[in-house]
Amino acid sequence: MDLHTEYLGLKLDSPLMPGASPLADSLDVVRRLEDAGASAIVMRSLFEEQITREMTGNVYAIETHAESFAEAISYFPTRAEFSLGPDEYLDQLRCISEAVRIPVIGSLNGITVRGWLDYALQIQEAGADALELNVYYLPTDPAEESAAVERRTLDIVRAVKAVLKIPVAVKLSPFFSALPHFTRQLEHAGADGIILFNRFYQPDIDAENLEAEPTLHLSDSSELLLRLRWLAIVAPGVKIPLAISGGVHSGMDAIKSVMAGASAVQVVSALLKRGPEYLRTIRIEMERWMQEHEYDSLRQMLGNMSLAHCPDPNAFSRANYMRILQSWRVDPSSHEGAV
Amino acid sequence: MSHDEFPVPSSGLQEFPVTERPKVIFDGNEAAASVAHRASEVIAIYPITPSSTMGELADEWSAAGHRNLWGTVPEVVEMQSEAGAAGAVHGALQAGALSTTFTASQGLLLMIPNMYKIAGELTAFCMHVAARTLATHALSIFGDHSDVMACRQTGFALLASGSVQEAHDLAAVAHSATLRARVPFLHFFDGFRTSHELAKIEKLSDDDLRSLLDDQLIADHRRRALTPDHPVLRGSAQNPDVFFQAREAANPWYLACPRIVQDAMDAFAARVGRQYHLFDYVGHPEAERVLVMMGSGAEVAHDAVDWLNARGHKVGLLKVRLYRPFSVEAFIQALPATTRRIAVLDRTKEPGAVGEPLYLDVVTALREAREDGLTQLDPLVIGGRYGLSSKEFTPAMTAGVFDELSQTRPKRHFTVGIVDDVTHLSLDYDRELDIERDDVVRAVFFGLGADGTVGANKNSIKIIGEETDNYAQGYFVYDSKKSGAVTISHLRFGPRPLRSSYLVKQASFVGCHQFTFLEKFDVLDYAAPGAVFLLNSPFSKDKVRDHLPREVQKALIEKRIRFYVIDALAVANATGMKGRINTVMQTCFFAISGVLPREEAIAAIKKGVEKSYGKKGAAVVRKNFEAIDQALANLHEVPLPDQVTSQFALPPIVPDAAPDFVKKVTALMLAGKGDLLPVSAFPVDGTFPTGTTRWEKRNLAAEIPVWDEVLCIQCNKCAMVCPHAAIRAKVYEPAKLLGAPPTFKTTDFRGNDWKGSKFTIQVAAEDCTGCTLCVMVCPAKDKSNPRHKAIDMHPQLPLREAERANYDFFLGLPEADRRKLRLDVKGAQFLQPLFEYSGACSGCGETPYIKLMTQLFGDRALIANATGCTSIYGGNLPTTPYSTDTNGRGPAWANSLFEDNAEFGLGFRLAADKHEQQARELLERLSPGLPAGLVAALIAGDQSTEPGIALQRERVADLKRLLPAIAGAEAASLALLADYLVKKSVWIVGGDGWAYDIGYGGLDHVLALGRKVNVLVVDTEVYSNTGGQASKATPIGASAKFAVAGNTRPKKDLGMLAMSYGNVYVARVAFGAKDAQTVKAFQEAESYPGASLIIAYSQCIAHGYDMAYGVEQQKLAVETGYWPLYRYDPRRAVNGESAFKLDSAPPKGDLAAYMSNETRFRMTENQNPDRYRELVKIARHNIQERFRLYEKLEKGVAIPPPAAVMPAAKRES
Repeated sequence: MDLHTEYLGLKLDSPLMPGASPLADSLDVVRRLEDAGASAIVMRSLFEEQITREMTGNVYAIETHAESFAEAISYFPTRAEFSLGPDEYLDQLRCISEAVRIPVIGSLNGITVRGWLDYALQIQEAGADALELNVYYLPTDPAEESAAVERRTLDIVRAVKAVLKIPVAVKLSPFFSALPHFTRQLEHAGADGIILFNRFYQPDIDAENLEAEPTLHLSDSSELLLRLRWLAIVAPGVKIPLAISGGVHSGMDAIKSVMAGASAVQVVSALLKRGPEYLRTIRIEMERWMQEHEYDSLRQMLGNMSLAHCPDPNAFSRANYMRILQSWRVDPSSHEGAV
Repeated sequence: MSHDEFPVPSSGLQEFPVTERPKVIFDGNEAAASVAHRASEVIAIYPITPSSTMGELADEWSAAGHRNLWGTVPEVVEMQSEAGAAGAVHGALQAGALSTTFTASQGLLLMIPNMYKIAGELTAFCMHVAARTLATHALSIFGDHSDVMACRQTGFALLASGSVQEAHDLAAVAHSATLRARVPFLHFFDGFRTSHELAKIEKLSDDDLRSLLDDQLIADHRRRALTPDHPVLRGSAQNPDVFFQAREAANPWYLACPRIVQDAMDAFAARVGRQYHLFDYVGHPEAERVLVMMGSGAEVAHDAVDWLNARGHKVGLLKVRLYRPFSVEAFIQALPATTRRIAVLDRTKEPGAVGEPLYLDVVTALREAREDGLTQLDPLVIGGRYGLSSKEFTPAMTAGVFDELSQTRPKRHFTVGIVDDVTHLSLDYDRELDIERDDVVRAVFFGLGADGTVGANKNSIKIIGEETDNYAQGYFVYDSKKSGAVTISHLRFGPRPLRSSYLVKQASFVGCHQFTFLEKFDVLDYAAPGAVFLLNSPFSKDKVRDHLPREVQKALIEKRIRFYVIDALAVANATGMKGRINTVMQTCFFAISGVLPREEAIAAIKKGVEKSYGKKGAAVVRKNFEAIDQALANLHEVPLPDQVTSQFALPPIVPDAAPDFVKKVTALMLAGKGDLLPVSAFPVDGTFPTGTTRWEKRNLAAEIPVWDEVLCIQCNKCAMVCPHAAIRAKVYEPAKLLGAPPTFKTTDFRGNDWKGSKFTIQVAAEDCTGCTLCVMVCPAKDKSNPRHKAIDMHPQLPLREAERANYDFFLGLPEADRRKLRLDVKGAQFLQPLFEYSGACSGCGETPYIKLMTQLFGDRALIANATGCTSIYGGNLPTTPYSTDTNGRGPAWANSLFEDNAEFGLGFRLAADKHEQQARELLERLSPGLPAGLVAALIAGDQSTEPGIALQRERVADLKRLLPAIAGAEAASLALLADYLVKKSVWIVGGDGWAYDIGYGGLDHVLALGRKVNVLVVDTEVYSNTGGQASKATPIGASAKFAVAGNTRPKKDLGMLAMSYGNVYVARVAFGAKDAQTVKAFQEAESYPGASLIIAYSQCIAHGYDMAYGVEQQKLAVETGYWPLYRYDPRRAVNGESAFKLDSAPPKGDLAAYMSNETRFRMTENQNPDRYRELVKIARHNIQERFRLYEKLEKGVAIPPPAAVMPAAKRES
């Protein structure tokens, strides 16, 4: 079965690849992923903020108490050769590049333009075949308007594209108000691909102790639907390839993703739960379904259910409640029913 | 072909052409260690101030793979004590390795037994000593020769260096000479003054060192090695028939040694160009008055001699280099033939001796030489002491000594540098005499430990020393507090090598990096007329004038000072430097001091920043760059008024209410003027009044906790965790509120125990260090706004006045009745802490345990304290934290040594028991004259509870009232001993360095004896006090000094070792995780009739995180199984229960979560992530296994059956 796809200018054997996650932290897992048919390896995101905080945190922890007491001029080995930069990440990237034949995609989250550029270049130099820009940004300032958020992202993409030779994909959150327009702007800014969507750590509330606690739970197929819809809507508007991330747990999920317009399908939770070899299972499921339904190649189905080709585009473009909830009596004065 | 056609180089000079050597900025420790590491194969180390740095450097160099002269990386091993290090070195030498070690003070004393052996066996060996005061009436970490002088008799050669360059050069000479001499060398230099002085020196190359270390002689050393391939026996036992002769057999080696050293010095000179002699004479060739001395003081005297001779005097100085073996011949030859009078200066004291050792040697040498016809000289010789414990020794004092020599009848024995108004030995001298040259730039900086001032100054020295032809010198003075420590940096720059080994007095630049210092110290006393003064000021250039005390304004005007201000904190915070003002202030220094052209200096600072942080973080570099640029934009000169305009004067150092001693003695020390105190001001035996920290209001906290009495649930956890006893709880009668200050907060007491009473949580605003542990631990949150708790932090300044009054009122409220308190976490905090406002670090994890102990048992506690953090914040002058209750009772505290604390505390117990026993015996003998009921009750009264103890105290008081009426010596004796009928609580306190390592042998023995002592080990898992060296308590995966790459050994299970005796009470506690268990453990331990051991988790700045999270980390430590809690109580076993009780749940959550919060672990990870992961895996495994073992113990596996063991040898009533 021909599962070939083209993503970020890379000709890939299949759309299936691990998404940005700790999966690529272990060289052993990376090799198993390759054996399981991964068409590329995506590394976890390098977080500029984390590096900076750790850097300054360590320096402060070491320096604050130094040089203030006659018996202890310092409290840590002063000349220990250690680095607080992205070295470990870059080393791992180099190792993976050497260990596998498939392309390796780096991932970066920055907070300053300088950070974006510095680390993007370092990732490129370390041998990445492409780079994901993980635009993980939570606007919390009421004074910041949405246009500014979009503008900043576009500036980053332009800046990074201006210095990078390797292709650049932008990984978005679902929280953009005019996603089709924004994705088209990203294309114009030079993005080579767009990934829908990144997932956030969600804080839970500990009511007992009145504390907010960060939690991380793995995705399930229910998260797929949000992504399918937006793939379907965005796909006709851009020429650059799209990828899905979040909610793909089976061959069927992958097929739907491709139909909605995804050239690449990133899987994380399913692999974390079932092991890297599960990627092959997904592929086999895809192939089996395609055989059963007499598809020759993946290309045939790419975007066939997008807004441009879907028999009933209203299903994507309108608020679904009109059909799903039609049996409900909605009190016109109540807003709750409309959500 | 004859050999003449191929001339062989006749000297090292031709073989290794003299090359330009790099100039480096080293301190004395690095200077010596740099040679020692390169010239050694096996290095055994143990930390002790001020020599620790040498061991640390050797360890770090080896960890980084630096090779020695012969291409191999020296093996560096940390031992459990200096005795261990000496033993290891002795063994390595016997087995043929080139070895070295580093030590000082008590550490050197511990090496003495092996030193005799090493010397007796004629072993080529060189050790390096940063000479330090020996503990006598007090411990001192500072420098003098008392330790080295205690080694005169060991058979070691003693070679003295007086400067950083000499510490480097003579280290090489010593390593060279010992190979030929076979006499082992102790090379020493003055602790701190040389070991910690930064100076620009010329670094010897590897080839230099190789040229001095003869391969043939090294081969000879190897050939003497013990080896089964050609075995010999060394270390026999000898009898009266031969020992004496055999001992004398080594004589030729000692006779030859001085010549060999001079040859080595000559070879060194031929190659390097600096010529040293066994005795170096400097000064007038026809001097009549001559000083003899050694060490850094001789450098000071050298300058003074030059100065005096330039002014027409004829004086000279003989610097002693090789003190042992003492060459009479070389000594006599070095003295000018014109010498009429000699003053010998010793940096040590030998009470009761005819004179100090160097003096005695000089007198003897002169006499022998004259009698042997070596000289006609017959000078008058006097001897003096100077510079004990790094007491300043200045050119002015040197001149004073020469003046004394000019007297008709000079004092035969004298002291210089102090005022001795008791035995009147001290010399008077012209204190104003200043001989420093104008072309030497002198700068003094006042900083706070945490603000990075010293670091910045070290950096400036590097910049000036390395970027210009100037010589540079830096010396740093620290106070003895661990939190809010004041640092004073003394910097000199000049065109010639600097011999000025004394503090700067007349500075051309004075920097004051903290505005509040102006009220505490006479900062401008250091300023020369016309000096530049840089002040970090929160007030602008227009407003600052009004905020200066009158005295400061006056000094500014009178000295015509150029005055600059910058709001460094604002600049630092705006550029993301989080209160680190170092870069800002350094930039300002260069901008206005004129030491370097401004642009050049700024470029150099930036280069320095990149060098320091380049590898560790670009982000840090960026922030520093921004701070540098912003500093210049915010620096302003302040025009001075013509006359003093300020409306206020300096406040007194201590309040008027303070006791006389505090006002007369302590206050001067606090003001940094302790040097002025005369001998008569001091107790003769090192005994000091307790409870003096309360007179030192340090006002360290920018923010202090503020109590919300409505929200508070009255759990008292805030008081429990406070490391400084600066937040306290009281419960009292409502009537006591009469006269309360208007802002004093109070609320009804919740709960039934004290129904109708009032309750207050009060903060000691001026004693709080702002650590926020109380806020972190507070469980009471506002339901509508959980960010607000029953304690929040608020700026201190606006609250200071009101809270001072509130706290005074609070202290005046009656203390709770000990008899009526339930001693749980809450109740214990109503007990008065008898350990308050110590100088411990902000957020210290140790002090809450000590404070708790004093609350529970302080009024009847004797504390034996091992040297370490606990002894420094517990007993370092000027002020000490152990205090007394309203009855005048409180902990009696003493520190003996580092290594013997368990034994020392056992001694307390033995004495207290003996006193008690005698009291009982006397009581029985005197019983016919005493009420029968009273005697019986005194003998058998139950003292297991506070009410019981209170009753016994009353009975003792009754007894004491009755005794005077009874005639005879026995009644008088009993009166003296009666207080011992109230049981005493002996606490043996120390850190893990003591308990796990150096003191373990003694601790083990004391535990085994089973006498009733309580051992509290505050376990920070490193040698905290000396700067974070690994101990056997250091966990797997942690990076520490001496375990740079991350410790690979599992932490020693001290509790398990103690439990194996079966009759020792053992508890492992962590107050942040389970305070109730901690309180319980302390009470059980104290009530246990035998020995008890509490191992207490103590967070420490050496763990590398914000101490505010100390409690959180304790929780994580316990949750993850890193620090399991348990109590092993042999009494339980007697009842058929398991003696072992696990108090924490099975490990839950990831250990890595705990570890990744701390820099000590992250540092290991950042060096080698793969290796770190492996270490974490092992640690995880160990934790699981250990927990399983503990579970088994709990299920009743006894180790060994405790029933078979007697509880304690002591007679119980």
